[in-house]
Amino acid sequence: MQPTAPDAASAAVDKAAVPVPAGPAVRGPRARTTTAYLRYGAGKAGGAAVSLLAVLVTGFFLFRLIPGDPVKTMTGGRPISAEQLAAYRREFGLDLPVWRQFTDYCGKALTGDLGTSYQFRTPVVDKIGEALPNTLLLTGTAFVLYTALGMFLGTRSAWRHGKIGDKLNTGLALTLYSVPSFWLGLLVIIVFGVGLGPVPGLFPTGGMESGGKEGFAYVLDVAHHLVLPVLTLVAVEYGQTLLVTRSALLDEMGSDYLTTARAKGLKDDLVRRRHAVPNALLPTVTLVFVNLGRTVAGVILVETVFSWPGLGGLFYQALSVPDLPLVQGLFLFFASAVIVMNTLADLVYPLLDPRVGR
Amino acid sequence: MSTQDQHGTRRSHPRRPRSHTARLVAAAGAAALTFSAGLATPLNPAPQRAEAAQGKKTLTVAVAQSVDSLSPFLAVRLVSTSILRLTYEYLTDYDPGDAHPVPGLATAWQPSPDKLTWTYTIRSDAKWSDGQKVTAEDAAWTFNKLMTDEAAATANGSFVTNFRKVTAPSPTKLVVELKKPQATMTALDVPIVPEHIWKDVKDFSKFNNDKSFPVVGDGPFVLSDYKADSYVRLKANKNFWRGAPKFDELVFKYYKDQDAAVAALRKGEVSFVAGAPALTPAQAASLKGQQDIRVNDAPGRRFYALATNPGAQAKNGKKFGDGDPSLLDQRVRHALFMAVDRKTIIDKVFQGHAVEGQGYIPPRFSTYFWKPSANQELTYDPAKAAQLLDQAGYKKNADGKRVGKDGKPLNYRVLCHATDPNDKAVGQYLKEWWAKLGVGMTLDCLDNVTDPWLAGKYDLAFDGWSVNPDPDFVLSIHTCAALPATPKDTGQTDNFICDKTYDELYAKQLAEYDSAKRADIVKQMESRLYDLGYMNVMAYPNAVEAYRTDQIKSIETMPKAAGNIYGQDGYWSWWSAVPADSGSSSGGSSTGVVVGVVAGVVVLAGAGLLFARRRRATADDRE
Repeated sequence: MQPTAPDAASAAVDKAAVPVPAGPAVRGPRARTTTAYLRYGAGKAGGAAVSLLAVLVTGFFLFRLIPGDPVKTMTGGRPISAEQLAAYRREFGLDLPVWRQFTDYCGKALTGDLGTSYQFRTPVVDKIGEALPNTLLLTGTAFVLYTALGMFLGTRSAWRHGKIGDKLNTGLALTLYSVPSFWLGLLVIIVFGVGLGPVPGLFPTGGMESGGKEGFAYVLDVAHHLVLPVLTLVAVEYGQTLLVTRSALLDEMGSDYLTTARAKGLKDDLVRRRHAVPNALLPTVTLVFVNLGRTVAGVILVETVFSWPGLGGLFYQALSVPDLPLVQGLFLFFASAVIVMNTLADLVYPLLDPRVGR
Repeated sequence: MSTQDQHGTRRSHPRRPRSHTARLVAAAGAAALTFSAGLATPLNPAPQRAEAAQGKKTLTVAVAQSVDSLSPFLAVRLVSTSILRLTYEYLTDYDPGDAHPVPGLATAWQPSPDKLTWTYTIRSDAKWSDGQKVTAEDAAWTFNKLMTDEAAATANGSFVTNFRKVTAPSPTKLVVELKKPQATMTALDVPIVPEHIWKDVKDFSKFNNDKSFPVVGDGPFVLSDYKADSYVRLKANKNFWRGAPKFDELVFKYYKDQDAAVAALRKGEVSFVAGAPALTPAQAASLKGQQDIRVNDAPGRRFYALATNPGAQAKNGKKFGDGDPSLLDQRVRHALFMAVDRKTIIDKVFQGHAVEGQGYIPPRFSTYFWKPSANQELTYDPAKAAQLLDQAGYKKNADGKRVGKDGKPLNYRVLCHATDPNDKAVGQYLKEWWAKLGVGMTLDCLDNVTDPWLAGKYDLAFDGWSVNPDPDFVLSIHTCAALPATPKDTGQTDNFICDKTYDELYAKQLAEYDSAKRADIVKQMESRLYDLGYMNVMAYPNAVEAYRTDQIKSIETMPKAAGNIYGQDGYWSWWSAVPADSGSSSGGSSTGVVVGVVAGVVVLAGAGLLFARRRRATADDRE
């Protein structure tokens, strides 16, 4: 998606807080641009790898700082002998010195083995694999919807800036953005799940499925359960995208090149859609990628309120023990998602804006 | 903006049909929603059940924990052990009336005269759900596994530490030889598993029993489906030797948020809510007046006590920690407890959902319940408490604060669980009451109470345990044998109590096979504990649960007269539950689903249409 030929005059106008080198835009033979891009890309990828390694190390030590002994938490309240306690420690590798545990952990992690969960006795990779599709379904659907809604309403608001529609839109978005997601979630359950007055409770009050269904009935069942959590997530998140899109577009709207386009006789809609919006989308694109990374971290509050079996809930269960392998694995996973998405944003940005990454 | 006016005249023509279409679509969408609302209501009277269309009776329980493992050798969470109780029988069960041992897999049991050999007669009418007979060999295999495989001993290994040898001389005879007499042989809460299935398991530390369904078992229900973090489904075992359950299906559904679970109960999506560990007073109050919902506010199995630090010590004699030495004086301990107004705690903190504390064992365990006599009782008497402190030599100084022998005013640190609102509330009251006495108090509400507790770095603490029909465990945690081996180790001890008289009585009750005599000894132990004053019970919190009477006609509590439904010492509740006859369950929910989804699709289609129309209109005007 290349912005349509902003000429030299418009290039001088700084848009999305990107440091623009003074002077004309794209120049030089294609080959040189590609090499430059590859070098830029390699640099970013290298940075990401270093970040991931730092996360690996930090994750290990960070969770050992949490007060709490997994063995004591798991055996509290039950008859247990000293030999059994020792057996637990052996099983969890907690009887080894910390540096030994660290090297074991790093060695295994680099081969993809994140250890076995203390409380579930299942490999961490399996536990994450179980919960990840559920979180992705919920937050992915919500993400697509709130990004689309936010961008659509944001552009309309900016274009009708100052009018009543804009004020209503912005006001509503801000209100919903400030509302705590768990509170809104509970409200949504009460109104649409249970039913309040004349409104019937058409949707389930929690969970991802009712169980015992197969094939298409299963898909319908999950979709039925997906409606309320997605509704809550979209309501509290679309405001961010709306406001950023709106302000970026407002920044664009005063530009000379748009005046030129209008002077040429282009339709208002076309000016907005084909000229202003693409340039204004640059900060939104950054936001989109950052949010993509965030989605994988699991929107824990919404998952809790709707009893959605995702990564957020898993993390909470892991943290309360602390189930060290699970908690480290999840932390690594979340951080990786953010790092990878940010790196992708860095790599995609120059394709959108040729002024970056040369 | 002026740009709109520029093209105003050109826009007016396409705009009319566009807005007309938009209004049409919006009207259609709204109509669809209303239509679906109208349809949904009569077809979905209050209860909405999943399998209703086939006439299957399903009991859905909302639980607040998710399953950690479905292997009886690994599972420790209450939800997991409750589910496993339904699928694997024990040797003996507990009577729902007064919790005395009744036949389970074993129809009779007999200790030898030297008290070291127990012989169980295993019933011959029990079958595994795959048709094979349940025999004594299954039981022997299970116990031997616990004794020999370290990984398999994870959950229940403590039951076999005193076993010397377990054999099955015949399919109906099980012989257990002990190292020392053990009175708890009719309280072996160990699920017996089918040898022919489990002998193929290679690594017990990794096998969670959750990959192939249905799981072979011999309890009233059979595990038929499981989704991690979501639900567990069980089917009724029609061949259960005690009689088939009345419900066809039992579903345990995981609700992370208890308010959402209560909403689900209101709607009828679940039949039963237990809360975690009980419904809050607010939740109970909101459900009390509801039609078709019964709140079960019944005697609980927990005690809620104030523990006093007797000076932490290890088995090797080494003392550690920093408990206040003034607490070693019995008069001080008694005075502190006599200043606690238990009635206010019941009324204000538990809002009536608790019973005033007396002896160590809650009253519902009628065999072992003990309460102090009139002249032994530490009644609420602040004046007497003040007197006791004066006698002990802690007089009030000019500021009204009691001063110790070292001249410093008394100030005690009380450990409280940051996650328990009751601890915080009671702590505030204690502060007030003890301030009147002239004693200072600092309330330490911590996320991690275990570390300072195990290090002995506290003066008082809020304590509580769930008691079983056989009280051996909660009694054992106050013996000298439970102390840690060295200050660095962890022991079984709850509060570092170590008293010779108590220990002697404990050993006596463990070797006493006559239940009446044993109960008597236990009551003497409770009396000793009460007098010592290191562990005084303030309240027995009630179990507060709720269920829908239009889905469950009747269900057995435990104790039968009044007790809890979820987390029983047995399967009585779910096994005995009788479904309510409601003919309205006729696939209403599936219609609701379809209608709801259709409505959503219609709205989306309408929005899409709106978009498309707008675009086309613009294209007409393209330059």
